[in-house]
Amino acid sequence: MNSPPLAEAFVLAHPAPARAAPAARRTPVWRTLFGDAVSSGITLAALAGLLELGPKLVSWGLVRAAWSGPGTACGGQGACWAFLRSKAPFILFGIYPPEQRWRPAAMVAMFVLLALWTLPPSRWTRLTLWLWAGAVAVAVLLMSGGVLGLTPVPTSAWGGLPVTVLLTVLSLAIGFPLGVALALGRRSELPGLRWMSIAVIELVRGLPLVTILFIAAILLPLMLPDGVKLDNLARALAALTVFSAAYLAEVLRGGLQGVGAGQAEAGRALGLSWWATTRLIVLPQAVGNVIPALTNTVVVIVKNTSLVLLVGLFDLLSAGRAALTDPKWPGPYMETYGFVALIYFVICFSISRYALWLERRPAFGASS
Amino acid sequence: MTETATPAVEINALNKWYGAYHALRDVSLSVGRGERVVICGPSGSGKSTLIRCVNGLETAEEGQVLVQGVELKSGDRSIDMVRRSVGMVFQSFNLFPHKTVLENCTLAQVRVAKVPPEEARDRAMYYLEKVRIPDQAGKYPGQLSGGQQQRVAIARALCMDPKVMLFDEPTSALDMEMVGEVLEIMVALAEEGMTMLCVTHEMGFARRVADRIVFMDAGQIVEMAAPEAFFESPQHARTQAFLGRIAH
Repeated sequence: MNSPPLAEAFVLAHPAPARAAPAARRTPVWRTLFGDAVSSGITLAALAGLLELGPKLVSWGLVRAAWSGPGTACGGQGACWAFLRSKAPFILFGIYPPEQRWRPAAMVAMFVLLALWTLPPSRWTRLTLWLWAGAVAVAVLLMSGGVLGLTPVPTSAWGGLPVTVLLTVLSLAIGFPLGVALALGRRSELPGLRWMSIAVIELVRGLPLVTILFIAAILLPLMLPDGVKLDNLARALAALTVFSAAYLAEVLRGGLQGVGAGQAEAGRALGLSWWATTRLIVLPQAVGNVIPALTNTVVVIVKNTSLVLLVGLFDLLSAGRAALTDPKWPGPYMETYGFVALIYFVICFSISRYALWLERRPAFGASS
Repeated sequence: MTETATPAVEINALNKWYGAYHALRDVSLSVGRGERVVICGPSGSGKSTLIRCVNGLETAEEGQVLVQGVELKSGDRSIDMVRRSVGMVFQSFNLFPHKTVLENCTLAQVRVAKVPPEEARDRAMYYLEKVRIPDQAGKYPGQLSGGQQQRVAIARALCMDPKVMLFDEPTSALDMEMVGEVLEIMVALAEEGMTMLCVTHEMGFARRVADRIVFMDAGQIVEMAAPEAFFESPQHARTQAFLGRIAH
């Protein structure tokens, strides 16, 4: 027996010092790729695919591409980047008067800067809230004009990225508090409030967004009293907001269920009011619990704004489609949709990465 | 009646039901100012329910609860007033996990008592010092041990300058090595003359600090006595059986 025997009595004589953990053993790359028949097969198939597609893509996108010139320059086997070069302003800003395009551009820049300012949670203060409220007001004034010598531009002429940004920001900004109210309402002990919240949430969730958009666009004007006219954009916004609120409410409800009853009790026992307890203690934890699901919903809402093209609004995607109808060009679909897709991707991917970063902070429930 | 003669807590003929279950049956108890009362009894006997009625976390269908002469009425501002003068420590600590230790201690001071933030900070540090963890002020509760968390919870309650402290099995969720550090703080608090109402199974603690021990079973107070009499010569058969079973 070399190792100490399993004694009946034992007293530690020499405490074992802590040692560094052994280096993690890594599987060599070649074994991952060609370790067995299945891996080898998948690797070879992927390689064959790349060899087939890669050169074609390079040839299409780079070698044979038309980089500049009029519509006649395109039409060969290559990509028509010349089209994007000439149409990008139209895709981004739609039929907004070209000499006034600095206005929507400034609006988008303002929201991007404000979003960057708001990223660290330490800036989630009342000031930031007012900044956002101010920005929305400035955005609407800037776009519609009629003040400070700005030429009036009707909402029917708004288009492209600014419309997408405005619809996203507003449907989330109004939808989130509404969603919170619905989620709290659904958990309320007051039966009237609870049933009303359930009815709204289930009704909206039970309908496709397209239906809600059509209801807002067609039925809403019929139901409004005579003389009251609601702008087309405002009606689409109302539909998107209600839709966002219902989905956000259900995600938040899940988050609320994950907050122990003891948290609210501790708040109440310290003398905090119901609202203070909810706002300062329960809601932040509920949101922290469901950041992945919330991110998912937000990303879906961003992309859902593209459905407004069905009720005649001119968002980024509709502007791209409209650009394609120009008879002077051969209709480069790939390039245009690729361009629009890239913008959506940048927005949605940024949101996901930001949410991931938030999730890892201890103040959002990450245990450390 | 003079100011000092009003009991800190007065419970009159309290009856509470959970659905059809009669959880508290005609419970009456009066706790004087500066008095330390320990409530013990088997689980399900209504101990926790009783002290949760004292700050309105539970409402009883019948009977009266008065804290420093103010009656608690459900849905009334009296509950908020009472809660400001009653501190509570829970079995599961219930610290706010998304706030630092310091923020846990300042939140209610600033929001409820409207203490200026600077002063709230100083007060929080004073009580964190008192529970001997000022060095953890910047951490989040999840980074502390159970015993440390419970001490923060005590500091958090003390920051509101309570006149009565309620403890609901404060050491039941702790492992044995940490029970001591929490009990020490509670003993120190008792020695300073704090009015305390503790639900606990720590009989050593009860013997050491309690002025009176209340034994409950099946929603009723079965026996109430000074520690010596309670442990040495319990009167009721149920008390004798209970003490016989927990005697080490």
